[in-house]
Amino acid sequence: MSVFSTIVSQLFNGLQSGSIYALVALGYSMVYGIIMLLNFAHGDIIMVGAYIAWIMMTMLGLPPVIGIIAAIAGCTLLGVLIEKAAYSPLRKSPRLSLLITAIGISFFLENISQLIMGAGAKAMPSIISGSNFRLGTTEISFVSTVTIVVSVLSMVLLTFLVQKTKMGKGMRAVSEDMGAAQLMGISVNKTISFTFAVGSALAGIGAVLYCSAYPQASPTMGSMLGLKAFVAAVLGGIGSIPGAMIGGFAIGLLEALVSALGLSVWKDGVVFAILIVVLLVKPTGIMGRVIKEKV
Amino acid sequence: MLTVNDINVYYGPIHAIKGVSFEVRPGEIVALIGANGAGKSTVLKTISGLLRPKTGNIVFDGRDITKLEAHKVVRAGLAHVPEGRRIFLQMTVIENLEMGAFTKSTVSEEDLEDIFTKFPRLKERRKQVAGTLSGGEQQMLAMGRALMSKPKLMMLDEPSMGLAPILVEQVFSIITELNKAGTTILLVEQNAGMALDVAHRAYVLETGNITLSGTGEELAQSDEIRKAYLGG
Repeated sequence: MSVFSTIVSQLFNGLQSGSIYALVALGYSMVYGIIMLLNFAHGDIIMVGAYIAWIMMTMLGLPPVIGIIAAIAGCTLLGVLIEKAAYSPLRKSPRLSLLITAIGISFFLENISQLIMGAGAKAMPSIISGSNFRLGTTEISFVSTVTIVVSVLSMVLLTFLVQKTKMGKGMRAVSEDMGAAQLMGISVNKTISFTFAVGSALAGIGAVLYCSAYPQASPTMGSMLGLKAFVAAVLGGIGSIPGAMIGGFAIGLLEALVSALGLSVWKDGVVFAILIVVLLVKPTGIMGRVIKEKV
Repeated sequence: MLTVNDINVYYGPIHAIKGVSFEVRPGEIVALIGANGAGKSTVLKTISGLLRPKTGNIVFDGRDITKLEAHKVVRAGLAHVPEGRRIFLQMTVIENLEMGAFTKSTVSEEDLEDIFTKFPRLKERRKQVAGTLSGGEQQMLAMGRALMSKPKLMMLDEPSMGLAPILVEQVFSIITELNKAGTTILLVEQNAGMALDVAHRAYVLETGNITLSGTGEELAQSDEIRKAYLGG
């Protein structure tokens, strides 16, 4: 393989995993933006989405479309449910209680999945199928292309939702000043539920795309993915939507670069080194603003 | 229009409002004056549902709103321009006004034009992010935003805070105009002179109690008030 085609194919690999990180990072960032919670159960929502798709397609023998819809709908519902059951009763508690609860929910989801589905990985049938195509001399994976396109479309849609729709503007208002937003007649509870729904739907899309790239489901699959997406969110500037997108793609491309240099065992290490460097050098991330604590 | 009956409000163990009662009649400008820390803002926050009284009740337009959630109080026709304005600094002027009309199904162009006629500066800066506005413009935006909900009663918390004297004059003349156009107003101010000047009636709040009440003129003439709030 020529150098050029190595570069092109690694670029596609990087963009593929990067777009999945970006989708997951968006969920982290949106939730942080609105209730200042690092929702460490977010990665596990992806795992549940993967199992839902697996159950639909393998156990029930339904077509991939149903698997995809069910995974996205299931994740959306689960996200809203977690918020209502676990986080909303803690609205007035210290932030640390909320964080510990999120970690608890993450353990709960991982263990309950292990109990129901078993500890072993389940092989995922192919969700997205199509033939690869050539770009010059380089073969481009169909799944990579679909992943990148779907992610970018989701992000465009999300940007429109947040910037232009009434609910999206309400979301920005609540995330900037919850009290003032209430005085405008915006229901904080509804807005928070909506944010969790959107973030979790993106996680559902991420689950489908992730399983297309790595076709298996296991109880702990969400934790590493979730952590890396968290790094992406911090790199981009947690709380910032464009930041999460940039951070996600940056982490994906960086991983591909490290692998291309023949250092793929160092991949995870490099990602977490980035986290340390960002926290030391620019804790607000690329797009982050310094948020003044309200007195 | 608004009746506050013997409310008691606590911040944890601190008894901030100790049995406050007052009323605002339709068409009035009522001022609530008092020193820093007297509990003026707490009273407004309790009326708008951001805080809950432990005892007592609040009746607005014949309806008990004591336990109504803040976002539903606006729907009942009561707008609150909070202390420090609290506009959405990262959103544009237009978006801020749209948020003011959140309770309406659509943002009507007429209402926007109406606000821009009252506050021409906002029209010039409609696309600008609100954080870039000057203090005076931010106060105009906060008032415009509240008006977008078409309130029957508008509560203003320290509208003169941090503004240059000329802007204070302007803000108070706008308040008078709004009132003439039919909006009832409940005003909280440390700037007692200005407030008593425009108010039909006023109440004096001292450490959680109402100690005096009367027409704006009466209070402005009262020796006690002159000593305590009007600088002699």
